[in-house]
Amino acid sequence: MKPVVRLPGVAPLLLLFSVTVLGLLILLPLGVVFQQAFAKGLSAYIAPLLDPDAQAAIRLTLLVAAISVPLNAIFGVAAAWTVARFEFRGKTLLLALIDLPFSISPVVSGLVWVLLFGAEGWFGAMLQAWGVKIIFATTGLVLATILVTLPFVARELIPLMQAQGADEEAAALTLGASGFITFFRVTLPNIKWALIYGVLLCNARAMGEFGAVSVVSGHIRGVTDTLPLHIEALYNDYDFVGAFAVATLLASLGLVTLVVKTALEWRFADELAASRRH
Amino acid sequence: MSPGFPLAMGITLTYLGAIVVIPLAALVLKPWALGVDGVWKVLSDPRVLAALRLSFGSAILAALVDAVLGTVIGWTLVRYQFPGRRLLDALVDLPFALPTAVAGIALTALYAPNGPLGGLAALAGIKTAYSPLGIFIALIFVGLPFVVRAIEPVLSELDQEVEEAARTLGATDFQRVAMVVAPALLPSLISGVGLAFARGLGEYGSVIFIAGNMPMRTEIAPLLIVIKLEEFDYSGAALIGLTMVVMAFGMLLVINALQTLIARRGAA
Repeated sequence: MKPVVRLPGVAPLLLLFSVTVLGLLILLPLGVVFQQAFAKGLSAYIAPLLDPDAQAAIRLTLLVAAISVPLNAIFGVAAAWTVARFEFRGKTLLLALIDLPFSISPVVSGLVWVLLFGAEGWFGAMLQAWGVKIIFATTGLVLATILVTLPFVARELIPLMQAQGADEEAAALTLGASGFITFFRVTLPNIKWALIYGVLLCNARAMGEFGAVSVVSGHIRGVTDTLPLHIEALYNDYDFVGAFAVATLLASLGLVTLVVKTALEWRFADELAASRRH
Repeated sequence: MSPGFPLAMGITLTYLGAIVVIPLAALVLKPWALGVDGVWKVLSDPRVLAALRLSFGSAILAALVDAVLGTVIGWTLVRYQFPGRRLLDALVDLPFALPTAVAGIALTALYAPNGPLGGLAALAGIKTAYSPLGIFIALIFVGLPFVVRAIEPVLSELDQEVEEAARTLGATDFQRVAMVVAPALLPSLISGVGLAFARGLGEYGSVIFIAGNMPMRTEIAPLLIVIKLEEFDYSGAALIGLTMVVMAFGMLLVINALQTLIARRGAA
């Protein structure tokens, strides 16, 4: 590539600027998490992780993600199939609805479930009569998480399936394969990497979600506190080492996600959706 | 003709209805339980106004700063080859990958008066954490990737031959950037800034630790929703939430209008 900017000195200056901004603004906070977590040594780091409340928070976070992510993956595939394979009226509206959760505050994504199922909500009295608890319980955490992470898989699959077209599926169908066989033998292998990519991002957000679950959790330690909420509780108790120690778990999840995501982007650039926007 | 339309459409509509449409209908309808007077009373409450102004203002300012930072970073990443470029590129996504609560406590540790960066600023007499400036910094952090990722594809696809042509025809570097690169870049830059703004407006986790949360001064709108909910004021909470959604959509309309305008001028 030819040097694009001819002004001497501008390229190194821009590079220096970019490295400084990314280093100070983005890399430093990550470093601080680990520095603070190990500030009082290894045993002070490990103790908060073995604490029963922390263990319960880990299990709850895994449980919530294990329910929310597969549901959103199934939805994502169904939505992509609907949008990319058929023409119908209202498609633009449908696409806007799928994207909507990205443009509302996470707190609002939690709030709406309280409006429906909270003690004073639309269905609050009914649920109370039945003895069913949604808000301040795992179900509420799952609903809030699902709403926040709904678009991730669908957004990866829709542009990809639109670009791929239905030719290969049509061939399989003409040769006598059933709809389901065609889906599992032709479509799924074609969208495999994009699906994994979307699930990865969806999972990272599901496990790290804070605002939405904060509203519906009720903050009962060891019962309805997920990992991010447990971090907040420790932090508000001035247990900074504990808060940062637990935070290293989520920071590591973020790092692993980033590495796998980058690796997928390098390796399967052609098989992922063309647009890499969030 | 592909099979499975009833099944796929059925799943899609049922799921969207249950997860998005019905809950948001509750958000739209709930505030009116207060009556028109009640709605007005909440919206004219100085504390609510201050929170909305703070969230809106700091989100806009942070998105504009992100526009500048993100353009330089995007340009550097796309146009230059240097060792570690891919690592730097991956680093841009860190604010997406780092859970907001983790980012929140990390930024607070950095910018608190006894933290390394906050200490430096304090020497200069500037308060970063527990002030509107802290909120602004946190929003710059969460919004930056939106701008970089929005402009990168355009910058790399922008035909360098066109720039080359401009150069051989005698355009200066400034003219080349202002008249060839900028018009092509502007639409995606604007949508990146819009995404950063929308994210900043509703941001909660990375802000509440660093904000200090003083009513009228550093209390963001999402926090006020949480406070209203704790007081069982569902309608008040829903009203603030609805106002934020309306603000986000208003901004979206402005952005779409801007893009249409630019597209028209480009075509003319």
